[in-house]
Amino acid sequence: MEDNGNRVTEATWEPKIVAFLCTWCTYNAADLAGVTRLQYPPNLRVIRIPCTGRMSAKFVLDALRHGADGVWISGCHPGDCHYLEGNYYARRKFALLKNLLEHVGIEPGRVQFSWISSSESTKFADVAGRVTESVRALGPARHLLKKEPEVA
Amino acid sequence: MPDYTSKIHEAARRLLAEKQVDGVIGFRKGTVPMMRQPVLIRDPADVETLCWDSFCRMNLANYLPKRADRVAVTAKGCDTRNIVVHIVEGQVKRDQIVVLGIPCLGMVDRRKVLSLLKDREPVEVSEAEDKILVKGSGFEIALEKAQVLQDNCTICVHRNPVICDTLLADPVPEQEGIDRYEDVRAVEAMGPEERWEHFRELVAPCIRCYACRNACPLCYCPTCFVDESKPQWLGKSIDPPDTLTFHMLRAFHCAGRCTDCGACEQACPMGIKVRQFTKKLEKDILELYGQEAGMTIEVRPPLDVYRPEDPQGFIQ
Repeated sequence: MEDNGNRVTEATWEPKIVAFLCTWCTYNAADLAGVTRLQYPPNLRVIRIPCTGRMSAKFVLDALRHGADGVWISGCHPGDCHYLEGNYYARRKFALLKNLLEHVGIEPGRVQFSWISSSESTKFADVAGRVTESVRALGPARHLLKKEPEVA
Repeated sequence: MPDYTSKIHEAARRLLAEKQVDGVIGFRKGTVPMMRQPVLIRDPADVETLCWDSFCRMNLANYLPKRADRVAVTAKGCDTRNIVVHIVEGQVKRDQIVVLGIPCLGMVDRRKVLSLLKDREPVEVSEAEDKILVKGSGFEIALEKAQVLQDNCTICVHRNPVICDTLLADPVPEQEGIDRYEDVRAVEAMGPEERWEHFRELVAPCIRCYACRNACPLCYCPTCFVDESKPQWLGKSIDPPDTLTFHMLRAFHCAGRCTDCGACEQACPMGIKVRQFTKKLEKDILELYGQEAGMTIEVRPPLDVYRPEDPQGFIQ
């Protein structure tokens, strides 16, 4: 694992978290958190999605396979979906995906979910901190990490 | 087991003669003992090739999606549930299919029979009542059918067709007091590391032939995620992360649709118990949303609907 040309040791390791944020709520909450100058850990790599209903199990596995230590998916509270019901469908998929991943031995806490509205910048900073700390406690993700080169 | 073969002949002959269907999908004898081939009969003269016994393990619902013609199909309990899934998902219209329902007493797992023969080659295998009679050069043994049933058949609770146009025999009694998820709970009781090791070993023999996918009636996508290249979701190799990603995503795509027909497991050339993935999802869906796949045409699949009060304790 190379980072800025320096070898990453156990002492310098920082969790990499891929955050899939709904553009209508959590993404704006992150923006607001920045505007209000709230402190939150710099471990997130944000990917903006149009709705949590757009999330696919493939995205989560792809992140874990390519070196993410944690995945955080956040969208609108139930009832607040911009598309009325995208997050309701997503909720069922997430429940099953989380259970399946944990069933095959991915540690609970690697993949996390939250509902954060555009105005909840403090909740965004809180949850970002909690997600980062719980992934840090788990250590680097090894299970699904793809070490061999992809073969087309 | 009742004499289904003659009843299938009778029904197939009638349907073809009356031009109610363009073809009949069923099984014929294979060239290897305990193997039956799926076959599509169009000519009433060929009806005699159809057969039915405890080796007709394949799920014929696999041949229904995107058909333009009208066909009759012989279907066990699980197969009829898969036909329902196809109808619900719009893959085939109800009036395009004549279901010849077969109350099923379970299918024989060829691998279990072979393992009991201890390297002796079976030449002829037949069945009588509850016995499977195996003949080979210099030996002849009778096995209890219950001993060599497919794993999914031993825990089956829907042996009778859920939809059918012609029921070929009286319904069989459903199995009572079955614990369908004993093995899933055993895995759930392990710690994360132990579970990881369990599944790593489970899929280690996988050669990525995709026989499980091809045997599955649910896998009708024009392009499967394993064949997608931009982006490429997983490598083609037998690198453990790839194999496990494949099995997880395959199972996840079957969530709320899998009827536990066991076609995947029977098709696997390496004998991998791939139902361990689909059963976990099946159990969760039953516990969380109270649905079983393919029980009725009236109900949408569990991942196609929601309830405002669905459990969400895992979401912060």
